[in-house]
Amino acid sequence: MPEYILELEHITKLFPGVKALDDVHFNLKEGEIHGLMGENGAGKSTFIKTITGVYTPNEGEIRLYGEKVIFSNPLDAQKCGIAAIYQHVTCYPDLTVAENIFVGHEKIHKFSRKINWKEMHAQAQDLLDQLDANFSSKTRMGDLSVARQQIVEIAKALSMNAKIIIMDEPTAALSLHETGELYRITEQLRNDGASIIFISHRLEDIYRLADRVTIFRDASYIGTWPASELDQEKIVSHMVGRPLTKMFPKRDIHIGEEILKVENLSRTGYFRDVSFTLHKSEIVAITGLVGAGRTEVCESLYGITRADAGNIYIAGEKAVISDPVAALLHGIGFLPEDRQKQGLILEWEIGKNITLPVLELYSKYGMLNKNEEQEISNKLAKRLAVKAPNIFSCASTLSGGNQQKVVFAKLLARDLKIIILDEPTKGVDIGAKAAIYEIIGELAEQGYGIIMISSEMPEVLGLSDKIVVMKDGHVSALFTTAGTKQEEILHAAMVKNVYSSQGLGVDS
Amino acid sequence: MIADKKSVANLDTQRVFSLKEFFLQWEWVLVGLLVVVIIINSFISPYFLSFKTFLNTPMTFLDKSFIVFPMILVIILGQIDISVASTTALSAVIMAVSYNAGVPMALSMALCLLTGTVCGAINGLLLIKFKELSAVIVTLSTMIIYRGIAYIILGDQASGGFPEWFSFFGWSTVLGIPFITIIFVVSAVLFGILLHKTVLGRTIYGMGFNKTACTYSGIKVDKVIFIVFTLAGLMSAITAIFLTSRMGSTRPNVAMGYELEVITMVALGGVSTSGGIGRIGGPILAVFIIGFLSYGMGLANIQAPVVLVAIGLLLIFSVLLLKFRRKQF
Amino acid sequence: MKMQLKGVSGSLRELGLLAFIILLGITVQIRNPVFLSLMNINAILTNTAILSILAVGMMLVLVTRGIDLSVGAIIAFTGMVTALTVAKYPGINPVAALLLGAGVGFVIGSLTGLLVAVFDILPIIATLGMMNVVRGFTYVVSGGKWVSSYQMSTSFKALATGKILGINNLIVIAIVVYIIAAYFINQTRMGRRIFAVGSNPEAAEISGLPRKRLVFTAYAIMGALAGLAGVLWVAKFASAQGNTAIGYELQVIAACILGGVSISGGIGKLSGLLLGTLLLGILNNALPLINISPFWQQGIQGITILAAVLTNVVVKRNNERAALRRRAI
Repeated sequence: MPEYILELEHITKLFPGVKALDDVHFNLKEGEIHGLMGENGAGKSTFIKTITGVYTPNEGEIRLYGEKVIFSNPLDAQKCGIAAIYQHVTCYPDLTVAENIFVGHEKIHKFSRKINWKEMHAQAQDLLDQLDANFSSKTRMGDLSVARQQIVEIAKALSMNAKIIIMDEPTAALSLHETGELYRITEQLRNDGASIIFISHRLEDIYRLADRVTIFRDASYIGTWPASELDQEKIVSHMVGRPLTKMFPKRDIHIGEEILKVENLSRTGYFRDVSFTLHKSEIVAITGLVGAGRTEVCESLYGITRADAGNIYIAGEKAVISDPVAALLHGIGFLPEDRQKQGLILEWEIGKNITLPVLELYSKYGMLNKNEEQEISNKLAKRLAVKAPNIFSCASTLSGGNQQKVVFAKLLARDLKIIILDEPTKGVDIGAKAAIYEIIGELAEQGYGIIMISSEMPEVLGLSDKIVVMKDGHVSALFTTAGTKQEEILHAAMVKNVYSSQGLGVDS
Repeated sequence: MIADKKSVANLDTQRVFSLKEFFLQWEWVLVGLLVVVIIINSFISPYFLSFKTFLNTPMTFLDKSFIVFPMILVIILGQIDISVASTTALSAVIMAVSYNAGVPMALSMALCLLTGTVCGAINGLLLIKFKELSAVIVTLSTMIIYRGIAYIILGDQASGGFPEWFSFFGWSTVLGIPFITIIFVVSAVLFGILLHKTVLGRTIYGMGFNKTACTYSGIKVDKVIFIVFTLAGLMSAITAIFLTSRMGSTRPNVAMGYELEVITMVALGGVSTSGGIGRIGGPILAVFIIGFLSYGMGLANIQAPVVLVAIGLLLIFSVLLLKFRRKQF
Repeated sequence: MKMQLKGVSGSLRELGLLAFIILLGITVQIRNPVFLSLMNINAILTNTAILSILAVGMMLVLVTRGIDLSVGAIIAFTGMVTALTVAKYPGINPVAALLLGAGVGFVIGSLTGLLVAVFDILPIIATLGMMNVVRGFTYVVSGGKWVSSYQMSTSFKALATGKILGINNLIVIAIVVYIIAAYFINQTRMGRRIFAVGSNPEAAEISGLPRKRLVFTAYAIMGALAGLAGVLWVAKFASAQGNTAIGYELQVIAACILGGVSISGGIGKLSGLLLGTLLLGILNNALPLINISPFWQQGIQGITILAAVLTNVVVKRNNERAALRRRAI
């Protein structure tokens, strides 16, 4: 019996224009929970897909129980007892739970090859009972909550007798209670003999579960350590690659008058009674867990969706923001979370992307003014130091950080007062991150009021002047950044009971 | 991910004109195809290569080309409209019936245009208000409804008896050039400008690639969808006028299958059926390729059904060919 | 064992449809007592049998997020091929004729499947093209002529007029098709996987389901069923023409939509299909009975389809809103 049941060596995966994995190593012991950490874009997801056969690596070797294997499709990996539970649950919403568990390896009668529903439901129910799930195998998958869908995915892994189970950020969309439940199930799986690769951003996940931790950064392998040897600072510095203090040059900016006031903003099912204020040159961070309603609040401020109740005051005057057009006219700009789907037209050249929001402003009688357009995009691309051969390069050929700079340039093309940034550094490499922090700081200096949604604590603490913490659609705490500790924020984001908290004043 | 280390310095460079790119354009393939069709036609009939035939033949097939223009916009937008032929039928029927009920012809024609515009606007409104529905299903329903209304109004009869001067649209020439050709050229220029020179045109391309990003960029996407589908209705009505003028009368089943021919022309013209890609020139060439092809097959006494097969095959193969081309370059 | 494919909302939808059918029946019955006579009921069922067979194939295609517009053309072509065969070899066994039609349909459907699944052409474009090609070939193989009643053997025509156990053959065949379909959809891996692929194509890719093969299968089955229907059609109307079943695909799609099949894939039940086709059959049968001109038929059908689609959307929106309110935020 070899020491490791799964080993990956010198794995490199190339995509057009990008090295998604660069000479990466990994090994997994039998019966351990192995934490895999790294920032967004560090290559974790690509790595997982390499293990599960969705991608085939360009270079490198995978060994299972000491023997070299090549997975050319997901079924190969499944047959070898490898199962993955992906970040965005990959379920079939219109099918039943039992069918979801057994899709691809349905139970059939020996001779008639007819589906054996009886056995399938019996086994499915068994698996669900093992996991202490209190719903029926006949439930329609789409009717379940995300947490329960995840339990079905785990049951699916068990149904395939998976010896190696990969969990890709399973706690990201779960409430605290559900997270606890997931911990219990994960430990149960390990005690039953499975080996688990657990990917997470959250330090608490790793400390609670992991035996060993491997860290990736910028598509490269950084190292593997026993979890007990890593303290928080070490993990962060391995993930980030340099001490944090250098990334956030503290600026001394005078915060000006109030330009935005949000009062009891509510949207049924998403958020309720959200209030805060924003001043000129101020950076307000909105943080909290994914799904706490942060993006939804900001999308309502930008008019993508409409709030049902509450008021928005811009420079003291009540504003109705019915759509993004109105928001832009009020001087509010938005940098969306998913720059590839919401921020850019990837098939277009940089220049055309930059001028998309301002076409009308530079047109006469609806006609394009290509010279002026080119001038503006050139100027902005230069100002933000977009790295590209010229502004006629296709946006899809740029790296994540440069794409994000182009989205920033789109904002600067308009005459704005308030800029909302939704996870501005998601999926960009470390160098570009620093550049984006630089840009954000400069914008604040120039007098823009900035609202920044972020899940990354260093970013929140390093950049902002004020912190709004959201939990379950409510504002659970408001902090002035100076003197606030990370633990306080985490407590407000994860533990605090928002439904009983009252009298959260608006500090102004 | 690893950032590509390129310099920022030369952002000021001008767009480089590439001769290779210029000659790799799909339009050249179409020009070649058109030449082939013309050569074959002139073998079939020695009279074909005369200036006069050249000038007059398009009169026989240009009527549906008016729908091609808005269909280019619709398909670049990443949508589809299969109700256009039904809109043509309904507009034609309204024109004929209102004229025969005593409305002056000029007013009947205005009613025809209005009917088409309203039909298109209804499609647009349904798509805006019910975003969950695809254009396929919406225009499929209205396709049945519009033609259904034409049947309700006229039953299975023909209606005609238009004044003498109405035949002008389909039959007469101005300074030797067929009137329909003049209107075709005017429409081509207007739609060419709309698509390539205006903010609206740029927006249509953008929405074809990524509607969400356009919404976030403050584009009034609903307005664009509404305008484009309304234009499709209006142009369908213009087709109705020319078609009716040529035939002298109309019935509820006119223009049956036009939507297919029009979509074929647009696809053959190099417009990507998944949106975002295409230019005005390609489909215009395609109008003439298919037009001359059907005309030539008629000359050679080849039956209409074979033409049907040819058009179907052209549609499938042009889409296939374009797919492979885009994967290569 | 029956599987519950959809939640409560699905059953509710069917109950609503059933209630609507009953209400419609009662209204018609009051206006004309002939409606619910045994003979008329038999006529309704006989006339809907073909439609209901086609709806099964269309449901599978819609479930994979596709659409098939070539159905009418396949009916015409396979009908024509069979009729010509029967006219030439009068002694041919009717069952062999059925198999011939289904076989030819299967081949055509496979071609469509190839275009959509392997070459990745949008279903609406691929099937529009196939519709033209197949329709054109129908005229080509028949030389533009009809095959009429006197050219067909009595045993062939008995396919549609004969009875088994006192039930019309068409109804019997439809019942057999539904039994097989129920087995295929609910009891075989391939059937379930077609639904899985439609429900979430990306997930299917990740979990290693053969997406292309499954999509291909749906179109091939649609083709085979359309071929079968083509033979029955010719036997029933005792004539095969080039323009047989033109536009019939719209009726089939309408029946599916009325029956609750989702255009966006993954959802569809045989019980719903039966109700959907029955509703269309009753509409077709009842309108003449209550003295509504047949020219109203198309319009009323179109409106019914649109109403069904829009109702679906509104109900779904309300459900979602209710779900949001339950979240207590």
